[in-house]
Amino acid sequence: MSGQDMTAAGGHGAVLTDGVAVRRPGRRGWPLWEVFVRARRGLSHQHVGSLHAPDAAMALRNARDVYTRRAEGVSIWVVPSAAITASSPEEKDPFFDPALDKVYRHPTFYDVPEGVSHL
Amino acid sequence: MTTPATLPALSAYALSLGDDALILGQRLAEWITRAPQIEEDVAIGNIALDLLGQARVLLTYAGEAEGAGRDEDDLAYLRDDRDFRNVHLVEIPNGDFAVTMARLLAFSAYQHELYQALLGSGDATLAGLAGKAVKEVTYHRDHATQWVLRLGDGTATSHDRMQAGLERVWPYVDELFDADPAAAALPGVAADPATLRPPWDRYVDQVLQQVTLHRPEPAWHARGGRTGLHSEHLGHLLAEMQHLHRSHPGVTW
Repeated sequence: MSGQDMTAAGGHGAVLTDGVAVRRPGRRGWPLWEVFVRARRGLSHQHVGSLHAPDAAMALRNARDVYTRRAEGVSIWVVPSAAITASSPEEKDPFFDPALDKVYRHPTFYDVPEGVSHL
Repeated sequence: MTTPATLPALSAYALSLGDDALILGQRLAEWITRAPQIEEDVAIGNIALDLLGQARVLLTYAGEAEGAGRDEDDLAYLRDDRDFRNVHLVEIPNGDFAVTMARLLAFSAYQHELYQALLGSGDATLAGLAGKAVKEVTYHRDHATQWVLRLGDGTATSHDRMQAGLERVWPYVDELFDADPAAAALPGVAADPATLRPPWDRYVDQVLQQVTLHRPEPAWHARGGRTGLHSEHLGHLLAEMQHLHRSHPGVTW
């Protein structure tokens, strides 16, 4: 990896930000925010999408209108998209491929010896 | 069609509140696809739908209280402008975004005090509606407040345009709190408009003061909406709102 900057860009995967003119504020004048909604108490926040807003307070209100108006959630987080560092598509092979053939990394690879009762 | 003056007080009162919500809902819907951002499109659309929901309850109840067999659709789509009881504030055109937010601040702050008062109404339908609607209009008021603060505290241009928006709508504010014979005839049921003014003043003043916007002092005040006297703007709005239902009565899809 050659030190290029990536951002999550609306949940559509990594997008190159290095060398791209004027990424912030976004093309419509307002910065982009990633939205995370917790559907119920006890669950974790899930990424649901992204939106534009002039600041964090308005992003939270826009998220309420865009993503929770059918009672989808009990809690919302908004995060500036620019604050997210994402893995790069070019790094996909070195990042993820080596895991494919390492079956011994899964506990099911190992036979449990007889007589071991508290494993 | 029955003229407002002949309606029972409860019907006239419900019609006043329902017409306010219906007409502003229609006005706000004009912003759809025209708002500054798609997120604001959705926000304004949500507010318009909240108001439409309130209008449906109130117009249905007005029809029942009238006892002449008119339902919400009859009242929304088959009355002429002289039979509408809304205040002028909700019928004036949207203007620019600052005018729309100035109006939404004034009207949602009024509705907030109105529904707070109606929580204690002796009428179960009005009290029930108020319980649901007060949460909705608290959000509407917050949305308008956020924008008034940002435009007031933004650039010199945005501050000036926000101030111009306030100047545009302020002549229509007093009418919200004018004495209404229908409300006066319903003690313990209706909210006395005059009692809503002091808390409205406190809320609006503290918003404007935060961002050095001046509270306008208009030289004239609109009146007469509650008795069916409207500006030309309402006729054009009704033509668009009622056209489909009048051309194809009862049409559905």
